[in-house]
Amino acid sequence: MSRGDPGRVEADRIVESAGVRLAVYEHGDPGNETVLLVHGYPDTHSVWDGVAALLAESFHVVTYDVRGAGQSSAPRAVRDYRLDLLAADLFAVADAVSPDEPVHVVAHDWGSIQSWEAVTDPGAERRIASFTSISGPCLDHVGHQVRQRLSRPTPGNLRKLAGQLLHSWYILIFQLPLLAPAVWRLWLARRWARVLEKVEGVPPTAGHPAPTLRSDAVRGIALYRANMLGRVGRGARERATGLPVQLIQPSGDHYVTEALTEGVERWAPRLWRRTVQAGHWVPLTHPAAIARMATEFIRHIGGEPASRTLRRSQVGVRRARFADHLVVVTGAGSGIGRETALSFAEAGAEVVASDIDEGAARRTAELVGVLGSRGYGYGLDVTDESAVRDFAAEVTARHGVPDIVVNNAGIGHGGPFLETTTKDWHRVLDVNLWGVIHGCRAFGERMVERGEGGYIVNVASMAAYLPTRDLPAYATSKAAVYMLSDCLRGELDGHAIGVSTICPGVVSTNITRTATFAGAGEAEQGRKRDRATGLYARRNFTPRRVATEIVRAVERGKPVVPVTPEAKVTYLLSRVSPATLRAAAKLEVA
Amino acid sequence: MPSTQLDFSERDLERFREVQQLAYRCAEETAAWLEPGVTERQAAAELRRRLIAGGVEDFFHVPFAWFGDRTAFRGFRVPFQFFPSNRVLREGMPFVLDCAPIIDGYTADIGYGGRVGENRIWDRLCADLREYRELILRLVREGHALDEIYKQVDALIARHGFDNRHQVYPGRVIGHQVTRQHAIGPKGVTLFGFGIRTLQTLGRELISERLHGRSPLWADKHASAHAPTPGLWAVEPHIGFRDVGIKYEELLVVTGDPANPAYWLDDDLPHVRRWQAMEAA
Repeated sequence: MSRGDPGRVEADRIVESAGVRLAVYEHGDPGNETVLLVHGYPDTHSVWDGVAALLAESFHVVTYDVRGAGQSSAPRAVRDYRLDLLAADLFAVADAVSPDEPVHVVAHDWGSIQSWEAVTDPGAERRIASFTSISGPCLDHVGHQVRQRLSRPTPGNLRKLAGQLLHSWYILIFQLPLLAPAVWRLWLARRWARVLEKVEGVPPTAGHPAPTLRSDAVRGIALYRANMLGRVGRGARERATGLPVQLIQPSGDHYVTEALTEGVERWAPRLWRRTVQAGHWVPLTHPAAIARMATEFIRHIGGEPASRTLRRSQVGVRRARFADHLVVVTGAGSGIGRETALSFAEAGAEVVASDIDEGAARRTAELVGVLGSRGYGYGLDVTDESAVRDFAAEVTARHGVPDIVVNNAGIGHGGPFLETTTKDWHRVLDVNLWGVIHGCRAFGERMVERGEGGYIVNVASMAAYLPTRDLPAYATSKAAVYMLSDCLRGELDGHAIGVSTICPGVVSTNITRTATFAGAGEAEQGRKRDRATGLYARRNFTPRRVATEIVRAVERGKPVVPVTPEAKVTYLLSRVSPATLRAAAKLEVA
Repeated sequence: MPSTQLDFSERDLERFREVQQLAYRCAEETAAWLEPGVTERQAAAELRRRLIAGGVEDFFHVPFAWFGDRTAFRGFRVPFQFFPSNRVLREGMPFVLDCAPIIDGYTADIGYGGRVGENRIWDRLCADLREYRELILRLVREGHALDEIYKQVDALIARHGFDNRHQVYPGRVIGHQVTRQHAIGPKGVTLFGFGIRTLQTLGRELISERLHGRSPLWADKHASAHAPTPGLWAVEPHIGFRDVGIKYEELLVVTGDPANPAYWLDDDLPHVRRWQAMEAA
């Protein structure tokens, strides 16, 4: 919707509220449910441009410039910026744009603070259907929390208070006369776009920062002066709501920390708490994530089934450890893969089991069902990049973005290097290394895009750090997976995606029954296979125990997990005395 | 003396069949009598009472009853753990009743699995158990060695995603030979759970079979690297998944006759009827 000069947008309508004229902007079909977007400080309605465009596909989207900002009129007195007036503005806009139906409020920063005032107003449910709050707590709740922490000054409570104080330095500065307005006027308004880009990673857009920034920022200081101090002392009121509230906490918010909303369920018992991997200006940096979360929430309040991540975020619901999680396991038709699928199912997860043997994958999915969870079986050759991409697309479309991906598919190969053919090398690297690369890429991208974190488990081997003349190709492939995982962990950490490397050791699984041996004839292959299988069976370390370790690794975010005692001892040796292992590599075992 | 031909007459087989029918009938009655709150000991005693009332004189081994995760032998380290315990039956629990009554030297050895109330895992195991009965008979008829059949059963267990629970039995056996008992000594006296007359017969069989390089016990070891000798074999595949175990045990007739090398002594048994009912549904 073009409105001429992008810097100065004409309002679609003007709403009068307590002597103030509010500029209101509308998008989408007015026949749809109304979503009211409320901006923060020192922004205008344009902070919502990206989100509004996405939401307008299915909602009647309304934004407005709050009093003192953008095209709305700006009263001069500090007392005219009191929260009760701001809440009245919100109700006035809601009345004007959706007179018959309550609206869904989505609000950011100061917009969220004033929306809390409206939402906790007695009778709010007649005008408001749901509230999605981003980075803006209820000041009364914060006031109660501060008093409670001061009355019980345990080290933990004091640490949390000090932590938030460090993030709230600007609030104190805003209380001082002259300084803050002068800084805005003389310097910051001109530099704001640069500061946002440098500090917050927010690139400037057509409408943001608004051309009215200088005056918006200066007047908006009144928000802090009119409302802050009164609430944080004895002035905190009891403000509760029965409305459904979705709290979205940006993980990298420099101003509003998660501790500020601790215990909100006392005031808002119908609470969903979600984290998005972003900074404070998430409506600008991650409009798609915010639009998706808002849509999921509004649809769910309207009676539709909740998305998996939304279900998981509901506060006060008892659930199994991995309930409402989707786990994808490759090579899940047998051994460690199957047992991992089953262990996650027992912890409540839904499981997508894939295997080169589709029948075996389906069987695993069936067993997941027997354990009381939901399982889906797929045939998948992990060496085929386009097949893995298609698989990831299909899984995402049918079941959602997975929360945990276990790249487990692998094959065994033994025999001396000089007898290992190029074909052997390709086969081993294709499955053991490329399979993991394809899996990490196809699903990692989607996890990052979703912005709600995730977990990748790569099953390597004790051979990743234990050199032996018997397993050159296999050990090389696993060492590569080990290093790949270490690098990937570094990269994905900022997206709250964990990476674990599992190094099982000698475990009795199918891998020995399908292993190949370089330089051995057909009969010799069979003999070696039987011998290895017998050896592994006598070792009698079950894949189920490895699966338990994998689930634990995800629970605790362990980076590297050697599983069997021999894997642990050699892991230690590889750190303490690699020369010992190099010497041992000369021994012929198989 | 083991032979290449079946030693039993039709009349003998009929007597074996009758004892097996009696054993399963008593197990079914005991299963129907079970309810939450009953202990394994009470269940085993009830089973024994019914068998004796049915005319049983001696036992190949004492009646067993296992409840809950004991049906999958979880945490079993020593043979004494097989004996009925004070484990109390609860709603949703699986159970296994196992008995081996003897009448006039004719021995049966049966295993009966069930559950009290709902148990999804048990239902799956029960349905899949059918494949083992078909697989074992087919492989025996094809003349495979016992250890080879054992390994194929293991492979099926792995494909199913279950685990082998018969490997917990002494000697890891999935089956053992049954002969008509001719022994001396008091009936009904047991040692380590086995009737003393049984121990005599078993000992004699073990020695004589071993002299022929064979074993009356069916396991995955070298001693079982031969096709089953003609006679009666009590076969007891026992599979588990998580904390649920199930088994059946019944007599397989190995004839030594290439025209009809083997067959199950009786198809009119509770587990077979269950599968037929499932198929009909």
